[in-house]
Amino acid sequence: MNIAVLSGKGGTGKTFISVNLSEVAGNSTYIDCDVEEPNGHLFFKPTNITRNSIYVNIPEVDNNICTGCKKCVGFCKFNALAYTNKVLVFEDVCHSCGGCSIICPANAITEKKKEIGIVEKGISNNVSVISGIMNIGEVSGVPIIKESLKYIDNNNYNIIDCPPGSSCIVMDSIKDADYCILVAEPTIFGSHNLNMVYDLVKLFNKPHGVVLNKYTDKNNPIEEFCNEKNINILEKIYFDKSIGNLNSNGEIVSRVNDKYKELFSSLLEKVTKEVWHAEITNP
Amino acid sequence: MQKLLILSGKGGTGKTTIASSFVKLSEDKVFADCDVDAPNLHLVIDDLSKSITKDYYGMDKSYIHSDICISCGKCFDNCRFDAIVKKEDSYKIDTYSCEGCGVCELVCPVNAAKLQPDIAGRLDLYTEDKVFSTAELKMGSGTSGKLVTKVKERLNMPITRGKLAIIDGSPGIGCPVIASITGVDMVLVVAEPSISGITDMKRIVETSYKFGIKTAICINKYDVNIDKSQEIEYFCKNNEIPMIGKLPFDRNAIKAINIGKTIVDIDCEIGEKVKDVFNQAIKILNT
Repeated sequence: MNIAVLSGKGGTGKTFISVNLSEVAGNSTYIDCDVEEPNGHLFFKPTNITRNSIYVNIPEVDNNICTGCKKCVGFCKFNALAYTNKVLVFEDVCHSCGGCSIICPANAITEKKKEIGIVEKGISNNVSVISGIMNIGEVSGVPIIKESLKYIDNNNYNIIDCPPGSSCIVMDSIKDADYCILVAEPTIFGSHNLNMVYDLVKLFNKPHGVVLNKYTDKNNPIEEFCNEKNINILEKIYFDKSIGNLNSNGEIVSRVNDKYKELFSSLLEKVTKEVWHAEITNP
Repeated sequence: MQKLLILSGKGGTGKTTIASSFVKLSEDKVFADCDVDAPNLHLVIDDLSKSITKDYYGMDKSYIHSDICISCGKCFDNCRFDAIVKKEDSYKIDTYSCEGCGVCELVCPVNAAKLQPDIAGRLDLYTEDKVFSTAELKMGSGTSGKLVTKVKERLNMPITRGKLAIIDGSPGIGCPVIASITGVDMVLVVAEPSISGITDMKRIVETSYKFGIKTAICINKYDVNIDKSQEIEYFCKNNEIPMIGKLPFDRNAIKAINIGKTIVDIDCEIGEKVKDVFNQAIKILNT
């Protein structure tokens, strides 16, 4: 079962919730798709780490063959190629579409591999910890996310910690999800951002529910929003300074505190039931 | 016009809270929100006039004309982004995956695949009294870096006056952030005293250094974890980065935001402290 954890924005507690869900799920795989700022491994502190480099193809021009026709420069929609007496390749903006090597009439362009990041795999208790890490200065983490998601184990719980927002990179992360947990914090920023990911899960027609993080009883704009739109509130996690402290020191709260162990186990159970229910009513 | 950009490496650290109070404190009232994926600054800036709205066209996207398509599958074989979907015997574009590279158009033997303009979002510019440039990217669009550049360009329109622009940056270290950083005069990094906050801060400082831009750091919610706050201070000292303030955790901040105000609009501890951070930032900007 694949559970994606999303939020309209960073800082709402996606990693906190994903890490703890993976922890209480026991034999599970935690996949950190926030490749720009992967943080889950800071909590799991995984061991037995193996690393896979992720490559994309970028053009390599043989200037002895190049006739200077500039067709490649004209074709490239990303301005990754330029011509001043020879073809220059700007690797950082290349999207690796391969078009330049197809269009070149002299066959002067071949492709070479370039590393854009790594996928790290490790283990922490019974949790397989997968982290995609993008190199600084790269254009897109999508190939790293795709590679990270290959570690999904269909016999187990897979918790996918998504990148923030609702951009294309998030869509790649939730494609395989059976359920989406939307995490929101109780501010008007929070409800504005929640609205954006809510539209996203509706578009993909994914079963979903909201976890209210840093909850306070007093006028909570998110709770109003959920009631208005009829969105299922799965759990309310009250604002608790002691969690803040454990969390900021990189501790997994449900490992050290029974109350939270129970809370996350119950959350996992609710989500599991929802997925079963969705499968029965919508096979 | 000098541009002060507020970044954090990650969302939720308080970028918008600090940026909005800087806007209040700055005399010029020229500002932009570069978090085009989830812009929030407009929620706490009151009495905005009507904006000048413009469609934002991102990369063109491909379209396959089914009446011309001969289902040869060449587009499918050559697309690197899994954007061509095979449905029974015909091919379609998954516009969310399409990056607009034009390879399908290039390889199609019958000209059935064609790139077409695609509205990827909306740009807003407020010009009365305050000058505020912002935008919103359509869900699932991927060219946020380009849109960020447009948001900043609109600050340079002739209508803009003032010496200082405050820019609320986008989270992360990817292309929208790089687009945010390009051409600014100073970066203020808002750091959070936590194990993840510190990792993110280091990544963003490294990015900002690559551009050779003046960089300062302030800690938000420093008292949530005093040890981690000290760690940030050591980092600043060791790397000779000016550390220009420690803002306390203050529930009044949430209160202010939820009534659509900035933290300097209400009487609270963090509001007072942020004034000092602003003054120090301006000092660094001017040296």
